[in-house]
Amino acid sequence: MSSVSLPATASASAKAARRGNALGRRLLILAAWLVFALFLLLPLVIVVSEALKQGVGTFFTAILEPDALAALKLTLLAVGLSVPLNLVFGVAAAWCVSKYEFRGKSLLVTLIDLPFSVSPVIAGLIYVLLFGAQGYFGEWLSDRDIQIVFAVPGIVLATLFVTVPFVARELIPLMQEQGSTEEEAARLLGASGWQMFRHITLPNIRWGLVYGVVLCTARAMGEFGAVSVVSGHIRGLTNTLPLHVEILYNEYNHVAAFSVASLLLALALVILLLKQWSESRLAHLRTGAQP
Amino acid sequence: MSSRPSPVIPGFGLTLGCTLAYLSLLVLLPLGALFLKTTELDWAQFVAIVSAPRVLAALELSFGTAFAAAVLNGVIGTLLAWVLVRYRFAGRKVIEAMIDLPFALPTAVAGIALTALYAPNGPVGQFAAALGFKIAYSPLGITLALTFVTLPFVVRTIQPVLADIPREVEEAAACLGARPLQVARHVLLPALLPAWLTGFALAFARGVGEYGSVIFIAGNMPMKTEILPLLIMVKLDQYDYAGATAIGVLMLMVSFILLLAINLLQRRIARS
Amino acid sequence: MSIEVRNVNKRFGQFQALKAIDLHIQSGELVALLGPSGCGKTSLLRIIAGLEAPDSGRIVFHGEDVSGHDVRDRNVGFVFQHYALFRHMTVFDNIAFGLRMKPKRQRPSDAAIADKVRELLGLVQLDWLADRYPEQLSGGQRQRIALARALAVEPRVLLLDEPFGALDAKVRKELRRWLARLHEDVHLTSVFVTHDQDEAMEVADRIVVMNKGVIEQIGTPAEVYANPASEFVYHFLGDANRLETDDGPLLFRPHEVRLSTHPAPGYRTGTVRECRQIGPLLRVTLEVPGQAQGIEVTLGPQALASGGFDRGALLHFHPGEAPRTAYRTP
Repeated sequence: MSSVSLPATASASAKAARRGNALGRRLLILAAWLVFALFLLLPLVIVVSEALKQGVGTFFTAILEPDALAALKLTLLAVGLSVPLNLVFGVAAAWCVSKYEFRGKSLLVTLIDLPFSVSPVIAGLIYVLLFGAQGYFGEWLSDRDIQIVFAVPGIVLATLFVTVPFVARELIPLMQEQGSTEEEAARLLGASGWQMFRHITLPNIRWGLVYGVVLCTARAMGEFGAVSVVSGHIRGLTNTLPLHVEILYNEYNHVAAFSVASLLLALALVILLLKQWSESRLAHLRTGAQP
Repeated sequence: MSSRPSPVIPGFGLTLGCTLAYLSLLVLLPLGALFLKTTELDWAQFVAIVSAPRVLAALELSFGTAFAAAVLNGVIGTLLAWVLVRYRFAGRKVIEAMIDLPFALPTAVAGIALTALYAPNGPVGQFAAALGFKIAYSPLGITLALTFVTLPFVVRTIQPVLADIPREVEEAAACLGARPLQVARHVLLPALLPAWLTGFALAFARGVGEYGSVIFIAGNMPMKTEILPLLIMVKLDQYDYAGATAIGVLMLMVSFILLLAINLLQRRIARS
Repeated sequence: MSIEVRNVNKRFGQFQALKAIDLHIQSGELVALLGPSGCGKTSLLRIIAGLEAPDSGRIVFHGEDVSGHDVRDRNVGFVFQHYALFRHMTVFDNIAFGLRMKPKRQRPSDAAIADKVRELLGLVQLDWLADRYPEQLSGGQRQRIALARALAVEPRVLLLDEPFGALDAKVRKELRRWLARLHEDVHLTSVFVTHDQDEAMEVADRIVVMNKGVIEQIGTPAEVYANPASEFVYHFLGDANRLETDDGPLLFRPHEVRLSTHPAPGYRTGTVRECRQIGPLLRVTLEVPGQAQGIEVTLGPQALASGGFDRGALLHFHPGEAPRTAYRTP
């Protein structure tokens, strides 16, 4: 660019504007840092500092105590069941939505997203209405001595509900973008339906899958409202880690509550790292795609 | 590339069947139970439950704080998105990665952390206390908690749109003599508004239903700092299933209407 | 392996993509499906391949009705417009894919597969690219790899969808000559889709001209050019002039026109609107009273020297030896 033809006044005002921009830029960056520090960093710092208030010893006592370990086990169980189920569901849903045209498709997509817009407490409530003692299937279940609500199955169901959309939502746009010609090519070359899925589709969507699974895991691990409704809050039996934090906190056992909380925080940070990593792989996949 | 039903890509029946069965069992049937349960109440009973002063107070609080949090996010979310997209500076990657922390962090952890921070004896709360007001155990605390958990929504919806607006558009406007604020008003704002509204709506919807992060900081005083989801819990603890259901349906309906309104607004903006 | 298309119909929603298509392709022929976009040529190709099911009609390969056959049993090689190479596989794995998908009993050994892949890479003259990924290749290279991949399973017929569509002009010309030579060597019944008449003329043994879901004409390049069966074909195969006369409209090509500075019998008068040199040729556009559409004339290099084509100059032209009276519109 040349400034030769510009009148002197115009270039001077352009310079002034640039100087003004530089100042505005610094102020904006400073503001972003402040927001970040106050809103995101400070809560993390306080979790860790409260947990370590009485030293590392009490911290480990709190997270290694049998009830905490039982809660960890239940949380892992809820994650371990809801993530694979929603993974299979997500692949199936994304497959039929992205590979075919059919009536009512947009309704189906809305339905897949629906659990996002339902309050977690309502998500728990609906299972109580179905399977609770006074629920529609309550009598039938109690006759057979099956307990769902206020027991482990209820916790798994509520977790499943709130995490339904995660994998499907990541896969649908990715698979729509990629189209079906590679799958068609594979079929023309003699691949069976399963071979096509296994050798072509799966490798193409794997980073989207990882990303969806990471998000799904985060929510399943941390779900509180929905699980709180259907859990009997029985220590050592129907408490997940977040519920265990609540109980400790309400018993004014703050150090223990924050100790368990920092365990969850550490898991959350691991999830963030995994998310960042799968996201960058996904970005690479998108830009590296064929023209 | 769009795809038509193709004789070579198998699995339509299988995947659609699985999807529908899964959704029906897990989502539709239970939600249907919610509405079925409300039919056990007649209209007068329903109105009596949802117009009780305690419910109305909770309704106002829940929607008011969720709205305030969404607005607050609209501002700081835009700021963060702008800075992250437009500037390269030390620590950008850290902020970028940590924006999603509220999604990854269990809400209960966020709840107790914010309570510790903003309680009258906490590191931040004590300043407020010195000035004579409360943050935790007041609607302000609830708003801050909701702002925290919904922070990523606005940032993440605006970011891609902002990155897609070519700088040339702004530069062209500047060459035509527009001052920075005019550029923002006439060039950036119209382009960003639909995404901004989407982020706002997502944050708002999540805020209305949020439970875990709020109950610790709210104080949960009936008529004052009791949110709607908590009221459902209270009714459930009293085995008042009909009451809990009525409030649940009320929440779903109000949220639905508001989201519909935002959707319509968005369409109108997109058209003009 | 001959291909027969018998009375094939296909509609997408309200849109009739193919109407009663009948086509017979001889064994070893290289046939072009030529037409503007939306004429149904790609749909026809996909139906022959089995990627799309026709609403009615049959596809017959060498006397055997394959309409009901699954796509993997038709044994066709197909090259997609954007190649559809498997992006997460190397070139080698892409070409080997079809062989590796074969049922255990028919699957060649790893060594045999490697030999076959090397042979094909040699055939498409890209042996040094075996370990690359598709994103690291140029458009022309991708195209040839896609071809090698399709040939690996030794298909009975080869189908190509706009094989040169996504390439730039120079690579395009090289590749189509290369493809024509390759066909001479391999002699596989081949059908390709194109919207470019030069491409069809240069490469194909026979051309199937399509428009709006029907076949307008089938013939060798020379036949369809010399005797277009319809006005559509006439226009589609080359630049055309349309002149209104007392006996009805006439059609003729720009290079057929004769020019004169003097009036003569059979000559009409026009004024020069534009004159432009295109490579060695000169293109003169004449304005003719009584019609909005101008008359284009192409002249050889010798005309350049003579001059006299300034804007507004008066000239006399003759439609040449073989003008056709315009086709009756059906």
